Amino acid sequence: MTAPPVDRVPRRPPSSSTLSRRERERRATGGGARRSAPAALLVPAVVAIAFLVIPLAGLLLRAPWGDAWTILHGSQAGEALKLSLWTSTVATAISLVVGVPLAWLLARTEFPGLRLVRALVTLPLVLPPVVGGVALLLAFGRNGFLGQYLDQWFGITIPFSPAAVVMAETFVAMPFLVVTVEGALRSADRGFEEAAATLGAPRMVVFRRVTLPLVAPSLVAGAVLCWARALGEFGATITFAGSFPGRTQTMPIAVYYALETDPDAAILLSLVLLLVSVVVLVALRDRWLRGGAVG
Amino acid sequence: MTSPDRATPATPATPVTTEGLVVDAEVTRGGFTLRAALTAAPGEVLAVLGPNGAGKTTLLGAVAGLAPVSTGRIVLGDAALDDADSGVFVEAANRPVGFVFQDYRLFPHLSVRDNVAFSPRARGLGRGASRAAADTWLERLGIGDLARRRPADLSGGQAQRVALARALAGDPALLLLDEPLSALDARTRLDVQTELKRHLAEFAGPCLLVTHDPLEALVLADRLLVLEHGLVVQQGTPSEVARRPATEYVARLVGLNLYAGTADGAHVTLEGGGSFVVPDHDERGEVLVALRPSSVVVSAHQPDHSSVRNTWPATIAGLTLLTDRVRLDVVGEPSALVDVTPAAVADLGLAAGQRVWLSAKATELEVYGRSHSP
Repeated sequence: MTAPPVDRVPRRPPSSSTLSRRERERRATGGGARRSAPAALLVPAVVAIAFLVIPLAGLLLRAPWGDAWTILHGSQAGEALKLSLWTSTVATAISLVVGVPLAWLLARTEFPGLRLVRALVTLPLVLPPVVGGVALLLAFGRNGFLGQYLDQWFGITIPFSPAAVVMAETFVAMPFLVVTVEGALRSADRGFEEAAATLGAPRMVVFRRVTLPLVAPSLVAGAVLCWARALGEFGATITFAGSFPGRTQTMPIAVYYALETDPDAAILLSLVLLLVSVVVLVALRDRWLRGGAVG
Repeated sequence: MTSPDRATPATPATPVTTEGLVVDAEVTRGGFTLRAALTAAPGEVLAVLGPNGAGKTTLLGAVAGLAPVSTGRIVLGDAALDDADSGVFVEAANRPVGFVFQDYRLFPHLSVRDNVAFSPRARGLGRGASRAAADTWLERLGIGDLARRRPADLSGGQAQRVALARALAGDPALLLLDEPLSALDARTRLDVQTELKRHLAEFAGPCLLVTHDPLEALVLADRLLVLEHGLVVQQGTPSEVARRPATEYVARLVGLNLYAGTADGAHVTLEGGGSFVVPDHDERGEVLVALRPSSVVVSAHQPDHSSVRNTWPATIAGLTLLTDRVRLDVVGEPSALVDVTPAAVADLGLAAGQRVWLSAKATELEVYGRSHSP
């Protein structure tokens, strides 16, 4: 039996090429790993940068800088910003209080239906927010299956109140925190917890003094993601809480309505939101987001 | 038959004292089962020796309460820590145990002082008192100046001392050390080993020291226990174990040739082929024969008139230069490791593939009964 004929690998002659002085230096200092990008990667990457940056530039270019103060002052901006800031902060706080234990449960325990629970609690990540708003309305609305009893027994009406804003934001934003913290807990070294146990620490002490500090970067990253998502929440909020200026009209909703009546105000409100986001990003940049967002 | 070296698993050789540790249990983890029976008296350092995967760390985990036993019990003093029959299980946090982990596991987010203060604090001391206790221990281990550092800024030897201080600061009744020196480089290891020996001597309770380094075990331990494949294959003082290894693994550790065979008075027929004439202590039945590599004599030709009782032909399979001697791997009936001087290698022109004659005096052979796996 003869072996099938094998194609010979064509041998290419070493073609002469040149290396610019700069490129030579770059490769030398970067250990060969840092090189200029090939065009096939560079071009799409630049397109991506342009796509992300140009709209923001548009905001800056079209902003009515001259009348900025008068326009902002005359609009509902202050109230809307205040509402947005405090509701998203409360939503983040609620997410921390119940979301971190949930993340721990998902990462560290086993119970029947664990996978189903994980799928359900992360569903809002992919669910269109407006669907979340409808669902909240059906559950907690005045005629909702829970809401009707709240109304009848306690006289509590949630929809179209600031509380509804907080609930809508929490519903949409908490999964970001849960997913981030769960990932961190899953990859955290359990050895430290064992060590803490052998040192006499009861489980809650281990959680408080060892587990939480070890995942602190991810905790902060998750909280920031959660807060940012809550700040930008639109669909679920407008469905469940409506748009009453000063009561349930958050910044994104104010921007949307302003665009129809007063485009200049919309631009300025958007810039305010942009500014808030940039400030948060810069403040947390190196300290937390780098290591934590991965875990 | 049982050799005098071995403690029978069911009945501990050492009498149970008030604060001694008694383990007689099976621990199952995944598909692996550890069957361990051992005792450690107060103040005694028991080295647990064995190859990777023998169950050493599993044993420590069970004693510390990180994993429950599946059958049997673990008792410290007169209190059961774990008892599969009665269901008693003291949680790890409630066991008076100090555990020094192989990788130390110092909390990276706490200073050295807070690491050492962790146990006193967790066991109910106030913040100030815990820190004071930590400082005392840091001073005692000669690392008081490291108190404010983070674990990431410590050298290996420093981290090892901090780990020991942290384990001792909880005032444990029982000390567990998992390969305490294995993460150190050779030079630091010697320093730390000497220090560790001193601290272990000061410790009043029983101490289990897991290691795969026989020298560490010989230096630090009062008694050795050898685990293989989840079973205790030998227990005894370092000198007993070094003289009469019970298995091939132990023999390799202590550097002896070991042969299994059947004794009939002054004659032992070896299982791997060949036979030995041995001193007649009227041993009969299954025995082990230990032979030091330096006690074997190599000759280029068959020695004719000699008082040596054992002479056999063999072939050199390989030579390895050890620091001051050459170790020959010689294949024959039986095969043997033989130590000779470099000069002898040159004089006899020894090389791989060469036929030689080996001889060993009967009095150099240590013959003892064979133990069976429990």
